[in-house]
Amino acid sequence: MTPVATTFFFYFLALIAIVSAIAVITRRNPVHAALSLIVTLLSLAGLYLMLYAPFVAGVQIVLYAGGIMVLFLFVIMLVNLEQNIREYQWNKQWMVGTIAALALGGLLLFVVHRGYDIFPKTFAGLPEGQNTQQVGIWLYGNYMLPFEIASLLLLVAIVGAVVMAKKRI
Amino acid sequence: MGEITTLHYLVLAAGLFMIGTIGVLTRRNVIIILMSIELILNAVNLNLVAFSRLYGLHGQIFAIFVITDAAAEAAVGLGIIIAFFRNKETVNVDEIDLLRW
Repeated sequence: MTPVATTFFFYFLALIAIVSAIAVITRRNPVHAALSLIVTLLSLAGLYLMLYAPFVAGVQIVLYAGGIMVLFLFVIMLVNLEQNIREYQWNKQWMVGTIAALALGGLLLFVVHRGYDIFPKTFAGLPEGQNTQQVGIWLYGNYMLPFEIASLLLLVAIVGAVVMAKKRI
Repeated sequence: MGEITTLHYLVLAAGLFMIGTIGVLTRRNVIIILMSIELILNAVNLNLVAFSRLYGLHGQIFAIFVITDAAAEAAVGLGIIIAFFRNKETVNVDEIDLLRW
């Protein structure tokens, strides 16, 4: 079955992602920025679905939009920002930073444009219906050692976060 | 509007990466800087998943690892912010200069 209206959905989701990403870095209130970031993450999950990666899309929604952003909102709530909202929000070197970032973006686009011919034109035959099974087999087979290292990293992060956020150990 | 190719996804990811970089370099609020870092990580993830459409599942596995790292980074970074706010009552990066000589 050929997908319908793929082009429209790509541009729709891309527009939502870009607009809400710009809102993230321009809003004065961090709560608004966090909510815009959630919109960006959800539209990126839609794009992952369009790329035939349903497991990554689910992980994106559950872990990013559901877990990490709740952590962000909790910290915004714990840190009293009423004074900060009234202050000037931009760094002193904001113009240099913007120019440098735009130059970086131009470089990225140039590289992508010049190197586009080396990409294969045909898609790899990914079995859509078995995506989750395949990801699980890869994770527990070929990528066993990185998986264990990631679990160790998470353990260290938990201990570090508790140590830093606690008043007295 | 033609067919959507890998190039479209790469351009979108480059745009998101650029917006994240601008956020990191220009904002004063350290919480928003952390959110911009999340934007950058998401742009990288979009690249990885777009390439996994061409070269097989490795990209999706790596995207999952990147999400794991983002969770760890957010937990540690926000812990640092809370510990710092308790000491100095500010979240502006230009006032965070404890390590400056």
